[in-house]
Amino acid sequence: MGKEMRIVLRNADKIDPNSIDDYIKAGGYRALEKALGMERKALIEEVKKANLRGRGGAGFNAGMKWSFVPPAEVTYVVCNLDEGEPGTYKDRTIVQKDPHTLLEGMAICGHAINSQKGYIYCRGEYPYVVEHLNRAIDQARRKGVLGNFDIEVRMGGGAYVCGEETALIESIEGHRGEPRFKPPFPGVAGLWAEPTVVNNVETFANLPEILNRGSEWFKAIGAASYPGTKVLTLTGDVVNRVAIEVPTDTTIRQVIYEFGGGIRNGKKFKAVQIGGTSGGFIPESLLDTPIDFDSMRGIGATLGTGAVLVMDETRDIVDIVTRIAKFFEHESCGKCNPCREGTFRNFEIMTKINRGMAAVQDVEKMSLLCKVMQKACLCGLGQAAPGPIVTTLQHFRHEYERKLLA
Amino acid sequence: MANYKDIIGAFRDKPGGIIEAYHALQKEFNYIPKPAIAEAAKVFGVSEAQAYGVATFYSYLSTEPRGKYIIRVCESAPCHIAGADQVVKAIEKELGIKTGETTADGKFTFELTECIGQCQETPVITINSVPYVGITPDDIPAVLDKCR
Ligand SMILES: Cc1cc2nc3c(=O)[nH]c(=O)nc-3n(C[C@H](O)[C@H](O)[C@H](O)COP(=O)(O)O)c2cc1C
Ligand code: SF4
Ligand code: FES
Repeated sequence: MGKEMRIVLRNADKIDPNSIDDYIKAGGYRALEKALGMERKALIEEVKKANLRGRGGAGFNAGMKWSFVPPAEVTYVVCNLDEGEPGTYKDRTIVQKDPHTLLEGMAICGHAINSQKGYIYCRGEYPYVVEHLNRAIDQARRKGVLGNFDIEVRMGGGAYVCGEETALIESIEGHRGEPRFKPPFPGVAGLWAEPTVVNNVETFANLPEILNRGSEWFKAIGAASYPGTKVLTLTGDVVNRVAIEVPTDTTIRQVIYEFGGGIRNGKKFKAVQIGGTSGGFIPESLLDTPIDFDSMRGIGATLGTGAVLVMDETRDIVDIVTRIAKFFEHESCGKCNPCREGTFRNFEIMTKINRGMAAVQDVEKMSLLCKVMQKACLCGLGQAAPGPIVTTLQHFRHEYERKLLA
Repeated sequence: MANYKDIIGAFRDKPGGIIEAYHALQKEFNYIPKPAIAEAAKVFGVSEAQAYGVATFYSYLSTEPRGKYIIRVCESAPCHIAGADQVVKAIEKELGIKTGETTADGKFTFELTECIGQCQETPVITINSVPYVGITPDDIPAVLDKCR
Protein backbone atom coordinates (compact mmCIF):
# COMPACT_ATOMS: atom_id res chain seq x y z
CA MET A 1 0.00 0.00 0.00
CA GLY A 2 1.22 3.52 -0.81
CA LYS A 3 2.29 5.90 1.92
CA GLU A 4 -0.26 8.44 3.07
CA MET A 5 0.49 11.95 4.24
CA ARG A 6 -1.70 12.87 7.14
CA ILE A 7 -2.42 16.47 8.06
CA VAL A 8 -6.10 16.56 8.92
CA LEU A 9 -6.03 12.92 10.03
CA ARG A 10 -2.71 13.33 11.88
CA ASN A 11 -4.22 12.21 15.18
CA ALA A 12 -6.56 9.57 13.79
CA ASP A 13 -6.28 6.25 15.63
CA LYS A 14 -3.45 7.71 17.71
CA ILE A 15 -5.44 9.61 20.31
CA ASP A 16 -8.71 8.93 22.10
CA PRO A 17 -11.21 11.11 20.22
CA ASN A 18 -13.28 11.41 23.39
CA SER A 19 -10.47 13.00 25.33
CA ILE A 20 -9.55 16.65 25.00
CA ASP A 21 -6.50 15.97 27.18
CA ASP A 22 -5.22 13.53 24.58
CA TYR A 23 -5.67 16.17 21.91
CA ILE A 24 -3.87 18.79 23.96
CA LYS A 25 -1.03 16.36 24.74
CA ALA A 26 -0.65 15.82 21.00
CA GLY A 27 -0.07 19.56 20.58
CA GLY A 28 -3.72 20.52 20.25
CA TYR A 29 -5.01 24.10 20.72
CA ARG A 30 -1.48 25.54 20.42
CA ALA A 31 -2.28 26.79 16.93
CA LEU A 32 -5.32 28.62 18.23
CA GLU A 33 -3.21 30.25 20.91
CA LYS A 34 -0.78 31.36 18.25
CA ALA A 35 -3.63 32.67 16.07
CA LEU A 36 -5.10 34.62 18.97
CA GLY A 37 -1.76 36.36 19.36
CA MET A 38 -1.84 37.52 15.74
CA GLU A 39 -3.48 40.55 14.20
CA ARG A 40 -6.61 39.56 12.29
CA LYS A 41 -5.21 40.84 9.00
CA ALA A 42 -1.94 38.96 9.45
CA LEU A 43 -3.82 35.75 10.28
CA ILE A 44 -5.99 36.01 7.18
CA GLU A 45 -2.91 36.82 5.10
CA GLU A 46 -1.12 33.71 6.40
CA VAL A 47 -4.06 31.44 5.50
CA LYS A 48 -4.39 33.12 2.13
CA LYS A 49 -0.70 32.60 1.40
CA ALA A 50 -0.98 28.91 2.26
CA ASN A 51 -3.46 28.73 -0.64
CA LEU A 52 -5.69 26.37 1.30
CA ARG A 53 -8.55 25.86 -1.13
CA GLY A 54 -12.00 24.75 0.01
CA ARG A 55 -12.28 20.99 0.44
CA GLY A 56 -16.08 20.94 0.08
CA GLY A 57 -15.99 20.98 -3.70
CA ALA A 58 -15.72 24.53 -5.01
CA GLY A 59 -12.00 24.95 -4.30
CA PHE A 60 -12.06 28.60 -3.29
CA ASN A 61 -9.05 30.03 -1.38
CA ALA A 62 -10.17 30.02 2.27
CA GLY A 63 -8.13 33.03 3.37
CA MET A 64 -9.47 35.00 0.41
CA LYS A 65 -13.03 34.10 1.39
CA TRP A 66 -12.42 35.33 4.92
CA SER A 67 -10.93 38.58 3.64
CA PHE A 68 -14.28 39.52 2.06
CA VAL A 69 -15.97 39.72 5.46
CA PRO A 70 -16.53 43.41 6.26
CA PRO A 71 -16.02 44.71 9.78
CA ALA A 72 -19.28 44.04 11.61
CA GLU A 73 -20.55 43.61 15.13
CA VAL A 74 -21.97 40.17 14.52
CA THR A 75 -20.42 37.60 12.22
CA TYR A 76 -20.78 33.83 12.02
CA VAL A 77 -18.55 30.87 11.32
CA VAL A 78 -20.45 27.97 9.78
CA CYS A 79 -19.04 24.50 9.29
CA ASN A 80 -20.55 22.42 6.53
CA LEU A 81 -20.91 18.84 7.80
CA ASP A 82 -23.84 18.01 5.55
CA GLU A 83 -21.81 15.41 3.63
CA GLY A 84 -24.72 14.37 1.44
CA GLU A 85 -22.66 13.57 -1.63
CA PRO A 86 -23.06 9.82 -2.22
CA GLY A 87 -19.87 7.84 -1.71
CA THR A 88 -18.42 10.39 0.71
CA TYR A 89 -17.62 9.64 4.35
CA LYS A 90 -14.55 11.78 4.92
CA ASP A 91 -16.02 14.48 7.15
CA ARG A 92 -17.59 11.85 9.38
CA THR A 93 -14.22 10.08 9.58
CA ILE A 94 -12.38 13.29 10.46
CA VAL A 95 -14.86 14.24 13.17
CA GLN A 96 -15.22 10.78 14.65
CA LYS A 97 -11.46 10.32 14.89
CA ASP A 98 -10.45 13.83 15.97
CA PRO A 99 -13.28 16.28 16.70
CA HIS A 100 -11.09 18.90 18.34
CA THR A 101 -9.10 19.55 15.21
CA LEU A 102 -12.35 20.83 13.67
CA LEU A 103 -13.28 22.90 16.72
CA GLU A 104 -9.81 24.42 16.83
CA GLY A 105 -9.96 25.26 13.12
CA MET A 106 -13.34 26.93 13.52
CA ALA A 107 -12.09 28.99 16.46
CA ILE A 108 -9.09 30.12 14.39
CA CYS A 109 -11.50 31.32 11.70
CA GLY A 110 -13.59 32.89 14.47
CA HIS A 111 -10.66 35.06 15.48
CA ALA A 112 -9.87 35.96 11.87
CA ILE A 113 -13.35 37.31 11.17
CA ASN A 114 -14.02 38.55 14.69
CA SER A 115 -16.84 36.10 15.36
CA GLN A 116 -18.13 34.82 18.67
CA LYS A 117 -20.43 32.17 17.33
CA GLY A 118 -19.96 29.12 15.20
CA TYR A 119 -22.48 26.63 13.91
CA ILE A 120 -21.81 23.11 12.72
CA TYR A 121 -24.50 21.96 10.33
CA CYS A 122 -24.46 18.18 10.62
CA ARG A 123 -26.62 15.96 8.46
CA GLY A 124 -29.58 14.34 10.22
CA GLU A 125 -28.35 10.91 9.20
CA TYR A 126 -25.41 11.30 11.61
CA PRO A 127 -27.13 11.58 15.03
CA TYR A 128 -24.19 9.71 16.58
CA VAL A 129 -21.81 12.32 15.17
CA VAL A 130 -23.92 15.10 16.68
CA GLU A 131 -23.62 13.45 20.11
CA HIS A 132 -19.90 12.98 19.66
CA LEU A 133 -19.44 16.63 18.69
CA ASN A 134 -21.54 17.90 21.56
CA ARG A 135 -19.35 15.95 23.95
CA ALA A 136 -16.22 17.48 22.47
CA ILE A 137 -17.68 21.00 22.53
CA ASP A 138 -18.65 20.50 26.16
CA GLN A 139 -15.10 19.50 27.05
CA ALA A 140 -13.66 22.46 25.17
CA ARG A 141 -16.01 24.85 26.97
CA ARG A 142 -15.13 23.46 30.37
CA LYS A 143 -11.41 23.73 29.63
CA GLY A 144 -11.97 27.25 28.35
CA VAL A 145 -9.79 26.61 25.31
CA LEU A 146 -12.16 28.29 22.85
CA GLY A 147 -12.06 31.62 24.68
CA ASN A 148 -15.10 33.74 23.86
CA PHE A 149 -15.97 31.65 20.81
CA ASP A 150 -18.92 29.28 21.15
CA ILE A 151 -20.03 26.48 18.87
CA GLU A 152 -23.49 25.00 18.41
CA VAL A 153 -24.46 21.93 16.38
CA ARG A 154 -27.55 22.03 14.19
CA MET A 155 -29.05 19.03 12.42
CA GLY A 156 -30.02 18.76 8.77
CA GLY A 157 -33.02 16.84 7.57
CA GLY A 158 -31.87 14.61 4.76
CA ALA A 159 -31.91 17.12 1.91
CA TYR A 160 -28.82 16.94 -0.32
CA VAL A 161 -29.31 20.51 -1.53
CA CYS A 162 -28.74 21.76 2.04
CA GLY A 163 -25.03 21.15 1.47
CA GLU A 164 -25.16 24.19 -0.82
CA GLU A 165 -24.06 27.03 1.42
CA THR A 166 -27.03 29.36 1.03
CA ALA A 167 -29.55 26.51 1.34
CA LEU A 168 -27.65 25.43 4.45
CA ILE A 169 -28.03 28.93 5.87
CA GLU A 170 -31.76 28.88 5.13
CA SER A 171 -31.98 25.57 6.96
CA ILE A 172 -30.17 26.84 10.07
CA GLU A 173 -32.63 29.74 10.06
CA GLY A 174 -35.43 27.17 10.25
CA HIS A 175 -36.67 27.40 6.68
CA ARG A 176 -37.02 25.06 3.74
CA GLY A 177 -33.54 24.50 2.38
CA GLU A 178 -33.82 26.33 -0.92
CA PRO A 179 -30.71 28.09 -2.29
CA ARG A 180 -30.64 31.88 -2.40
CA PHE A 181 -29.76 34.03 -5.34
CA LYS A 182 -26.13 35.20 -5.20
CA PRO A 183 -24.96 37.92 -4.75
CA PRO A 184 -25.01 38.84 -1.98
CA PHE A 185 -22.57 36.12 -1.00
CA PRO A 186 -22.67 34.77 2.56
CA GLY A 187 -19.42 36.57 3.36
CA VAL A 188 -21.35 39.82 3.10
CA ALA A 189 -24.90 38.78 4.04
CA GLY A 190 -25.30 35.21 5.24
CA LEU A 191 -26.87 33.80 8.38
CA TRP A 192 -29.58 36.18 9.59
CA ALA A 193 -28.20 38.59 6.99
CA GLU A 194 -24.91 38.92 8.90
CA PRO A 195 -21.49 38.28 7.34
CA THR A 196 -20.89 34.54 7.44
CA VAL A 197 -18.02 32.28 6.47
CA VAL A 198 -19.06 28.79 5.39
CA ASN A 199 -16.29 26.22 5.11
CA ASN A 200 -16.14 22.47 4.88
CA VAL A 201 -14.99 20.27 7.79
CA GLU A 202 -11.77 19.29 6.04
CA THR A 203 -10.95 22.93 5.25
CA PHE A 204 -11.20 23.87 8.94
CA ALA A 205 -9.32 20.75 10.00
CA ASN A 206 -6.30 21.84 7.93
CA LEU A 207 -5.94 25.13 9.81
CA PRO A 208 -4.24 24.03 13.04
CA GLU A 209 -1.29 22.49 11.20
CA ILE A 210 -1.03 25.44 8.80
CA LEU A 211 -0.72 27.72 11.80
CA ASN A 212 1.72 25.41 13.57
CA ARG A 213 4.02 24.85 10.63
CA GLY A 214 3.45 27.92 8.49
CA SER A 215 2.08 28.68 5.06
CA GLU A 216 5.38 27.97 3.31
CA TRP A 217 5.40 24.40 4.59
CA PHE A 218 1.82 23.83 3.43
CA LYS A 219 2.26 25.45 0.06
CA ALA A 220 5.12 23.10 -0.78
CA ILE A 221 3.00 19.96 -0.40
CA GLY A 222 1.28 18.33 -3.39
CA ALA A 223 0.15 20.17 -6.51
CA ALA A 224 1.26 23.80 -6.82
CA SER A 225 -2.17 25.23 -7.64
CA TYR A 226 -4.06 23.20 -5.03
CA PRO A 227 -1.53 22.46 -2.32
CA GLY A 228 -1.80 20.18 0.67
CA THR A 229 -3.50 16.84 0.98
CA LYS A 230 -6.96 15.55 0.21
CA VAL A 231 -8.93 13.00 2.14
CA LEU A 232 -10.46 10.51 -0.29
CA THR A 233 -13.07 7.86 0.39
CA LEU A 234 -12.81 4.70 -1.69
CA THR A 235 -15.94 2.74 -2.56
CA GLY A 236 -17.12 0.21 -5.13
CA ASP A 237 -15.01 -2.48 -6.74
CA VAL A 238 -11.70 -1.60 -5.12
CA VAL A 239 -9.90 -3.92 -2.69
CA ASN A 240 -9.40 -1.41 0.15
CA ARG A 241 -12.57 0.57 0.77
CA VAL A 242 -11.12 3.09 3.18
CA ALA A 243 -10.55 6.77 3.80
CA ILE A 244 -7.04 7.87 2.85
CA GLU A 245 -5.23 11.20 2.96
CA VAL A 246 -2.74 11.83 0.18
CA PRO A 247 -0.84 14.79 -1.31
CA THR A 248 -2.81 16.42 -4.11
CA ASP A 249 -0.26 15.50 -6.78
CA THR A 250 -1.07 11.81 -6.35
CA THR A 251 -2.52 10.33 -9.56
CA ILE A 252 -5.87 8.57 -9.87
CA ARG A 253 -4.00 5.41 -10.83
CA GLN A 254 -1.96 5.54 -7.63
CA VAL A 255 -5.12 6.06 -5.61
CA ILE A 256 -6.80 3.00 -7.09
CA TYR A 257 -3.82 0.64 -7.35
CA GLU A 258 -1.35 1.68 -4.65
CA PHE A 259 -3.75 2.83 -1.96
CA GLY A 260 -6.87 1.00 -3.05
CA GLY A 261 -5.04 -2.26 -3.75
CA GLY A 262 -6.51 -2.53 -7.26
CA ILE A 263 -9.75 -4.06 -8.48
CA ARG A 264 -11.60 -6.67 -6.43
CA ASN A 265 -11.81 -10.34 -7.37
CA GLY A 266 -9.08 -10.09 -9.99
CA LYS A 267 -11.37 -8.24 -12.41
CA LYS A 268 -10.39 -5.48 -14.81
CA PHE A 269 -10.99 -1.75 -14.37
CA LYS A 270 -13.76 -0.08 -16.34
CA ALA A 271 -14.41 3.37 -14.88
CA VAL A 272 -14.02 5.55 -11.83
CA GLN A 273 -16.30 8.36 -10.75
CA ILE A 274 -14.60 10.93 -8.56
CA GLY A 275 -16.07 13.72 -6.48
CA GLY A 276 -19.38 12.15 -5.60
CA THR A 277 -22.46 11.36 -7.58
CA SER A 278 -22.28 14.59 -9.59
CA GLY A 279 -18.68 13.85 -10.61
CA GLY A 280 -17.51 12.85 -14.05
CA PHE A 281 -16.82 9.26 -15.10
CA ILE A 282 -13.17 8.66 -15.95
CA PRO A 283 -11.86 5.95 -18.30
CA GLU A 284 -8.60 4.02 -18.09
CA SER A 285 -6.83 6.36 -20.53
CA LEU A 286 -7.02 9.30 -18.08
CA LEU A 287 -5.88 7.51 -14.91
CA ASP A 288 -2.50 9.22 -14.83
CA THR A 289 -4.13 12.55 -14.05
CA PRO A 290 -3.26 14.01 -10.62
CA ILE A 291 -6.27 14.40 -8.34
CA ASP A 292 -5.87 18.13 -7.72
CA PHE A 293 -8.75 20.47 -8.50
CA ASP A 294 -7.37 22.00 -11.69
CA SER A 295 -5.98 18.80 -13.22
CA MET A 296 -9.33 17.11 -12.69
CA ARG A 297 -11.16 20.03 -14.23
CA GLY A 298 -8.73 19.82 -17.14
CA ILE A 299 -10.03 16.36 -18.06
CA GLY A 300 -13.67 17.41 -17.70
CA ALA A 301 -13.97 15.75 -14.30
CA THR A 302 -14.04 17.05 -10.73
CA LEU A 303 -12.24 16.48 -7.46
CA GLY A 304 -15.44 17.39 -5.60
CA THR A 305 -15.62 15.87 -2.15
CA GLY A 306 -12.95 13.30 -2.95
CA ALA A 307 -15.31 10.33 -3.21
CA VAL A 308 -13.79 7.62 -5.43
CA LEU A 309 -16.28 5.09 -6.84
CA VAL A 310 -14.47 2.35 -8.72
CA MET A 311 -16.33 0.19 -11.25
CA ASP A 312 -15.04 -3.09 -12.67
CA GLU A 313 -15.44 -4.45 -16.20
CA THR A 314 -18.80 -6.10 -15.42
CA ARG A 315 -20.59 -2.91 -14.40
CA ASP A 316 -23.40 -1.50 -16.50
CA ILE A 317 -22.61 2.20 -16.94
CA VAL A 318 -26.05 3.10 -18.30
CA ASP A 319 -27.77 1.43 -15.36
CA ILE A 320 -25.55 3.28 -12.87
CA VAL A 321 -26.13 6.63 -14.57
CA THR A 322 -29.88 5.94 -14.53
CA ARG A 323 -29.71 5.42 -10.76
CA ILE A 324 -27.77 8.67 -10.46
CA ALA A 325 -30.37 10.50 -12.56
CA LYS A 326 -33.02 9.30 -10.10
CA PHE A 327 -30.96 10.76 -7.26
CA PHE A 328 -31.03 14.22 -8.82
CA GLU A 329 -34.69 14.01 -9.73
CA HIS A 330 -35.38 13.24 -6.07
CA GLU A 331 -33.04 15.87 -4.60
CA SER A 332 -33.87 18.81 -6.86
CA CYS A 333 -35.46 21.37 -4.56
CA GLY A 334 -37.79 22.60 -7.30
CA LYS A 335 -37.03 26.27 -6.94
CA CYS A 336 -35.89 26.76 -10.50
CA ASN A 337 -37.40 25.41 -13.67
CA PRO A 338 -34.38 24.09 -15.61
CA CYS A 339 -33.43 21.81 -12.72
CA ARG A 340 -36.90 20.78 -11.58
CA GLU A 341 -37.95 19.82 -15.12
CA GLY A 342 -34.48 18.90 -16.33
CA THR A 343 -33.69 16.33 -13.66
CA PHE A 344 -37.15 14.84 -14.19
CA ARG A 345 -36.69 14.52 -17.96
CA ASN A 346 -33.13 13.23 -17.64
CA PHE A 347 -34.30 10.47 -15.36
CA GLU A 348 -37.19 9.68 -17.71
CA ILE A 349 -34.94 9.44 -20.76
CA MET A 350 -32.21 7.49 -18.92
CA THR A 351 -34.83 4.99 -17.77
CA LYS A 352 -36.05 4.63 -21.33
CA ILE A 353 -32.52 4.03 -22.59
CA ASN A 354 -31.76 1.61 -19.78
CA ARG A 355 -34.84 -0.43 -20.66
CA GLY A 356 -33.83 -0.64 -24.31
CA MET A 357 -36.73 1.52 -25.46
CA ALA A 358 -34.96 4.67 -26.63
CA ALA A 359 -33.63 5.82 -29.98
CA VAL A 360 -30.63 7.95 -30.82
CA GLN A 361 -32.90 11.03 -30.98
CA ASP A 362 -33.62 10.62 -27.27
CA VAL A 363 -29.91 10.75 -26.52
CA GLU A 364 -29.58 13.90 -28.61
CA LYS A 365 -32.46 15.57 -26.78
CA MET A 366 -30.94 14.65 -23.45
CA SER A 367 -27.56 16.06 -24.48
CA LEU A 368 -29.16 19.35 -25.39
CA LEU A 369 -31.08 19.43 -22.13
CA CYS A 370 -27.83 18.80 -20.23
CA LYS A 371 -26.23 21.81 -21.92
CA VAL A 372 -29.16 24.01 -20.93
CA MET A 373 -29.06 22.81 -17.33
CA GLN A 374 -25.33 23.41 -16.96
CA LYS A 375 -25.89 27.05 -17.94
CA ALA A 376 -29.35 27.89 -16.65
CA CYS A 377 -29.75 26.20 -13.27
CA LEU A 378 -29.70 28.42 -10.21
CA CYS A 379 -27.41 26.40 -7.97
CA GLY A 380 -24.64 23.85 -8.22
CA LEU A 381 -27.03 20.93 -7.89
CA GLY A 382 -28.71 21.50 -11.21
CA GLN A 383 -25.53 22.73 -12.88
CA ALA A 384 -23.62 19.58 -11.89
CA ALA A 385 -26.42 17.06 -12.32
CA PRO A 386 -25.71 16.48 -16.04
CA GLY A 387 -22.02 15.69 -15.36
CA PRO A 388 -22.34 11.90 -15.15
CA ILE A 389 -24.48 11.79 -18.32
CA VAL A 390 -22.22 14.07 -20.33
CA THR A 391 -18.99 12.31 -19.34
CA THR A 392 -20.34 8.80 -19.92
CA LEU A 393 -21.67 9.84 -23.32
CA GLN A 394 -18.16 11.11 -24.02
CA HIS A 395 -16.16 8.14 -22.77
CA PHE A 396 -18.59 5.21 -22.76
CA ARG A 397 -20.92 5.99 -25.64
CA HIS A 398 -20.80 2.40 -26.87
CA GLU A 399 -22.57 1.33 -23.68
CA TYR A 400 -25.48 3.59 -24.61
CA GLU A 401 -25.49 2.52 -28.23
CA ARG A 402 -25.76 -1.10 -27.21
CA LYS A 403 -29.09 -0.33 -25.57
CA LEU A 404 -30.59 1.91 -28.27
CA LEU A 405 -33.30 0.82 -30.72
CA ALA A 406 -31.94 0.42 -34.23
CA MET B 1 -44.65 9.88 26.70
CA ALA B 2 -43.62 13.50 26.71
CA ASN B 3 -46.12 16.16 25.74
CA TYR B 4 -45.48 17.65 22.30
CA LYS B 5 -45.98 21.15 23.66
CA ASP B 6 -43.18 20.67 26.18
CA ILE B 7 -40.89 19.25 23.54
CA ILE B 8 -41.42 22.24 21.26
CA GLY B 9 -41.28 24.70 24.13
CA ALA B 10 -37.74 23.62 24.96
CA PHE B 11 -36.57 25.15 21.66
CA ARG B 12 -38.56 28.38 21.98
CA ASP B 13 -35.50 30.59 22.46
CA LYS B 14 -33.37 29.02 19.76
CA PRO B 15 -33.34 31.17 16.63
CA GLY B 16 -34.45 29.00 13.73
CA GLY B 17 -35.02 26.16 16.17
CA ILE B 18 -38.11 24.76 14.48
CA ILE B 19 -36.11 22.02 12.72
CA GLU B 20 -34.40 21.07 15.97
CA ALA B 21 -37.87 20.86 17.56
CA TYR B 22 -39.04 18.62 14.72
CA HIS B 23 -36.07 16.31 15.28
CA ALA B 24 -36.91 16.11 18.99
CA LEU B 25 -40.58 15.36 18.19
CA GLN B 26 -39.59 12.69 15.76
CA LYS B 27 -37.25 11.13 18.29
CA GLU B 28 -40.19 10.81 20.68
CA PHE B 29 -43.01 9.84 18.30
CA ASN B 30 -41.13 8.52 15.22
CA TYR B 31 -42.95 11.19 13.18
CA ILE B 32 -44.22 14.74 13.58
CA PRO B 33 -47.90 14.74 14.59
CA LYS B 34 -50.20 17.30 12.89
CA PRO B 35 -51.13 19.19 16.09
CA ALA B 36 -47.43 19.57 16.84
CA ILE B 37 -46.92 21.37 13.53
CA ALA B 38 -49.63 23.86 14.43
CA GLU B 39 -48.06 24.35 17.84
CA ALA B 40 -44.59 24.82 16.31
CA ALA B 41 -46.02 27.46 13.97
CA LYS B 42 -47.34 29.39 16.97
CA VAL B 43 -44.15 29.08 19.01
CA PHE B 44 -41.82 30.08 16.18
CA GLY B 45 -44.08 32.79 14.82
CA VAL B 46 -44.68 31.44 11.32
CA SER B 47 -47.86 30.46 9.52
CA GLU B 48 -49.08 26.89 9.76
CA ALA B 49 -48.49 26.53 6.03
CA GLN B 50 -44.87 27.57 6.49
CA ALA B 51 -44.37 25.19 9.42
CA TYR B 52 -45.86 22.40 7.34
CA GLY B 53 -43.73 23.41 4.38
CA VAL B 54 -40.60 23.06 6.48
CA ALA B 55 -41.62 19.66 7.88
CA THR B 56 -42.34 18.25 4.44
CA PHE B 57 -39.23 19.65 2.75
CA TYR B 58 -36.90 17.32 4.62
CA SER B 59 -36.97 13.65 3.67
CA TYR B 60 -35.52 12.58 7.02
CA LEU B 61 -38.60 14.04 8.72
CA SER B 62 -41.99 12.38 8.42
CA THR B 63 -45.44 13.84 8.91
CA GLU B 64 -47.08 10.41 8.66
CA PRO B 65 -47.21 7.93 11.54
CA ARG B 66 -44.51 5.28 11.27
CA GLY B 67 -43.64 2.00 12.91
CA LYS B 68 -41.49 1.46 15.97
CA TYR B 69 -38.57 0.37 13.82
CA ILE B 70 -37.77 2.38 10.72
CA ILE B 71 -35.79 0.31 8.27
CA ARG B 72 -34.06 2.21 5.50
CA VAL B 73 -32.04 0.87 2.61
CA CYS B 74 -29.51 3.09 0.87
CA GLU B 75 -29.91 3.05 -2.89
CA SER B 76 -27.19 5.50 -3.93
CA ALA B 77 -24.76 4.38 -6.63
CA PRO B 78 -22.13 2.63 -4.40
CA CYS B 79 -24.83 0.64 -2.60
CA HIS B 80 -26.74 0.14 -5.86
CA ILE B 81 -23.83 -1.64 -7.54
CA ALA B 82 -23.27 -3.72 -4.43
CA GLY B 83 -26.77 -5.15 -4.78
CA ALA B 84 -29.06 -2.91 -2.74
CA ASP B 85 -31.99 -4.05 -4.96
CA GLN B 86 -31.61 -7.58 -3.65
CA VAL B 87 -31.59 -6.34 -0.06
CA VAL B 88 -34.78 -4.39 -0.77
CA LYS B 89 -36.43 -7.54 -2.12
CA ALA B 90 -35.34 -9.56 0.92
CA ILE B 91 -36.80 -6.99 3.31
CA GLU B 92 -40.07 -6.78 1.36
CA LYS B 93 -40.34 -10.54 1.52
CA GLU B 94 -39.48 -10.77 5.21
CA LEU B 95 -41.86 -8.00 6.29
CA GLY B 96 -44.56 -8.54 3.70
CA ILE B 97 -44.70 -4.82 2.86
CA LYS B 98 -43.44 -2.55 0.08
CA THR B 99 -41.28 0.54 0.48
CA GLY B 100 -43.12 3.40 2.12
CA GLU B 101 -45.42 1.04 4.03
CA THR B 102 -45.79 0.06 7.68
CA THR B 103 -46.55 -3.44 8.92
CA ALA B 104 -50.09 -4.02 10.25
CA ASP B 105 -48.79 -4.48 13.80
CA GLY B 106 -47.18 -1.03 13.64
CA LYS B 107 -43.75 -2.47 14.25
CA PHE B 108 -41.85 -1.82 11.04
CA THR B 109 -41.77 0.95 8.45
CA PHE B 110 -39.72 0.37 5.33
CA GLU B 111 -38.16 3.27 3.44
CA LEU B 112 -35.48 3.95 0.85
CA THR B 113 -32.78 6.53 1.42
CA GLU B 114 -29.86 8.09 -0.38
CA CYS B 115 -26.26 7.67 0.86
CA ILE B 116 -25.92 7.80 4.63
CA GLY B 117 -22.13 8.11 4.57
CA GLN B 118 -21.20 4.53 5.50
CA CYS B 119 -20.18 3.27 2.08
CA GLN B 120 -16.89 1.75 3.21
CA GLU B 121 -18.89 -1.50 3.27
CA THR B 122 -21.91 -1.79 1.02
CA PRO B 123 -24.87 -2.29 0.82
CA VAL B 124 -25.95 -0.34 3.87
CA ILE B 125 -29.20 -0.28 5.82
CA THR B 126 -30.24 1.61 8.94
CA ILE B 127 -32.58 0.64 11.74
CA ASN B 128 -33.74 3.74 13.58
CA SER B 129 -30.70 5.57 12.16
CA VAL B 130 -28.17 2.99 13.38
CA PRO B 131 -26.17 1.82 10.36
CA TYR B 132 -25.60 -1.83 9.49
CA VAL B 133 -22.97 -2.18 6.78
CA GLY B 134 -22.11 -4.90 4.31
CA ILE B 135 -25.59 -6.42 4.49
CA THR B 136 -26.53 -9.32 2.19
CA PRO B 137 -30.07 -10.55 1.53
CA ASP B 138 -29.24 -13.61 3.64
CA ASP B 139 -28.52 -11.40 6.64
CA ILE B 140 -31.95 -9.80 6.61
CA PRO B 141 -34.01 -12.30 8.67
CA ALA B 142 -31.45 -12.31 11.49
CA VAL B 143 -31.03 -8.51 11.48
CA LEU B 144 -34.79 -7.95 11.63
CA ASP B 145 -35.21 -10.64 14.29
CA LYS B 146 -33.22 -8.41 16.64
CA CYS B 147 -36.17 -6.00 16.58
CA ARG B 148 -38.85 -8.60 17.12
C1 LIG C 1 -25.91 20.71 -4.17
C2 LIG C 1 -24.68 21.06 -3.39
C3 LIG C 1 -24.32 20.28 -2.31
C4 LIG C 1 -23.18 20.59 -1.55
N1 LIG C 1 -22.88 19.80 -0.48
C5 LIG C 1 -21.81 20.11 0.27
C6 LIG C 1 -21.49 19.34 1.43
O1 LIG C 1 -22.19 18.37 1.75
N2 LIG C 1 -20.42 19.69 2.16
C7 LIG C 1 -19.64 20.78 1.83
O2 LIG C 1 -18.71 21.08 2.55
N3 LIG C 1 -19.91 21.52 0.75
C8 LIG C 1 -20.97 21.22 -0.03
N4 LIG C 1 -21.26 22.02 -1.11
C9 LIG C 1 -20.41 23.19 -1.38
C10 LIG C 1 -20.86 24.39 -0.54
O3 LIG C 1 -21.85 25.12 -1.23
C11 LIG C 1 -19.72 25.34 -0.24
O4 LIG C 1 -19.07 25.64 -1.42
C12 LIG C 1 -18.71 24.80 0.74
O5 LIG C 1 -19.33 24.37 1.92
C13 LIG C 1 -17.70 25.88 1.06
O6 LIG C 1 -16.69 25.35 1.88
P1 LIG C 1 -15.20 25.18 1.36
O7 LIG C 1 -14.83 26.44 0.65
O8 LIG C 1 -14.41 24.98 2.61
O9 LIG C 1 -15.19 24.00 0.47
C14 LIG C 1 -22.39 21.70 -1.89
C15 LIG C 1 -22.74 22.46 -3.01
C16 LIG C 1 -23.86 22.16 -3.75
C17 LIG C 1 -24.21 23.00 -4.92
S1 SF4 D 1 -30.69 24.09 -9.43
FE1 SF4 D 1 -32.13 22.57 -8.57
S2 SF4 D 1 -31.58 22.40 -6.42
FE2 SF4 D 1 -30.64 24.30 -7.20
S3 SF4 D 1 -32.16 25.91 -6.81
FE3 SF4 D 1 -32.63 25.14 -8.86
S4 SF4 D 1 -34.17 23.53 -8.47
FE4 SF4 D 1 -33.20 23.93 -6.51
S1 FES E 1 -23.81 4.85 -0.95
FE1 FES E 1 -24.94 3.72 0.49
S2 FES E 1 -24.14 4.46 2.36
FE2 FES E 1 -23.10 5.66 0.91
